Amino acid sequence: MVSTQLNSKQIIAARVAKEMKDGDVVNLGIGLPTMVPSFLPPNVNVILQSENGYIGLGPLDGEVDPDLVNAGGQPASILPGGAFFDSLFSFELIRGGHVDVTVLGGLEVDAEGNLANWMVPGKMIPGMGGAMDLVTGAKKVIVAMEHTAKNGSSKILEECRLPLTGKGVVDLIVTELAVFRVTDEGLVLEELQDGIDLKTVEEKTEASFKISQAILEN
Amino acid sequence: MDKIISKEEVSSIFKDGMTIMAGGFMGVGTPQGLVSAMLEAEVKDITLIVNDTAFIESGVGPLISNGRVKKVIASHIGTNPETGRQMIAGELDVELVPQGTLAERVRAGGSGLGGVLTPTGVGTVVEEGKEKITVDGREFLLEKPLRAEVALLKAYKADKAGNLIYHRSARNFNPLMALAADLVIVQVEQVVEIGEIDPDEVMTPGILVDKIFVQGGCC
Repeated sequence: MVSTQLNSKQIIAARVAKEMKDGDVVNLGIGLPTMVPSFLPPNVNVILQSENGYIGLGPLDGEVDPDLVNAGGQPASILPGGAFFDSLFSFELIRGGHVDVTVLGGLEVDAEGNLANWMVPGKMIPGMGGAMDLVTGAKKVIVAMEHTAKNGSSKILEECRLPLTGKGVVDLIVTELAVFRVTDEGLVLEELQDGIDLKTVEEKTEASFKISQAILEN
Repeated sequence: MDKIISKEEVSSIFKDGMTIMAGGFMGVGTPQGLVSAMLEAEVKDITLIVNDTAFIESGVGPLISNGRVKKVIASHIGTNPETGRQMIAGELDVELVPQGTLAERVRAGGSGLGGVLTPTGVGTVVEEGKEKITVDGREFLLEKPLRAEVALLKAYKADKAGNLIYHRSARNFNPLMALAADLVIVQVEQVVEIGEIDPDEVMTPGILVDKIFVQGGCC
């Protein structure tokens, strides 16, 4: 166990960070996914793609340049070796399979790898922005989200109820309780987070899932 | 041909019911001076093609908050609560388009294509009402071109021929829109003489730019 207590979001971000390989081109959604880089080991450097038109996204360092923002519109920097381009090229990279990993939040994910994260009819319709292109085109799609909604209901469902962002697009689901892989035969529980037992995950997951050999043997 | 125009001349271009494209991503790369000239023109029933509706008081947001727009085609409206309010109240028609698809539709409009085939949106509400085409066993949506009567661009620098250089992430949709409108107006921070921009550095060639508005006045 680590000495400092991580909160749920940090536990999720730290686990997602383990999926990254040195040199990966990565696109991070707004919110929790942006916490992932701070958990990368020193020997893993990823290149961040920002859908508003560059690679080499870095944290704000020094003065704010009003012309330099991340995909959330927040002031940012570009790292040495980075490059700017227009929105067309940005989405050619995304749709064309030139982004290795994208990490997005989720409202609902289901057993078939469907993802819903862009609208709640009648309540919240912000638009899909670049999310639909990202889940369609990135080589690996990781959903990083808390296991349950604020009311305690499971966000991992047999079938999504909200309008989809993408159909059959999710590869991996990382929550503060567990890690699931999406396979042709449905969800496979790959890992339990530290201190979490199988019973807890079963209680808090609506979708049915298989349990990996590694967990069964433990 | 003198391409440089004043704010008053810009204002006189706009008419009720026009379709307008504007560059920018959450206001970054949006020509604020041209938006302001459009507001002063007091036109209404505009169809606006933008990546997002920015904020109530910046980017293209003021066009929405001042009730000048009847339809917006965008990928994101979440940062401007007025867009959502008008949409729910039935005052504003909103067509949400995935960002990459929006870029491709503008490209198609500007490059003589009849549309593009994209996998983005297959199996979602985005596919509703669209033709699906299977190519080598994979399904694609036929997304149609977008064009406008006027495109409002923001660049960092122009020469007097209209050759443009953009700055940092303010480039975004601007180069695409330069191809996709009948009249292209650019707002720049500085204008230099023809020949002062190295042809290798030009990001949008001047033949696409009809009018140059220099922010803070010029020459």
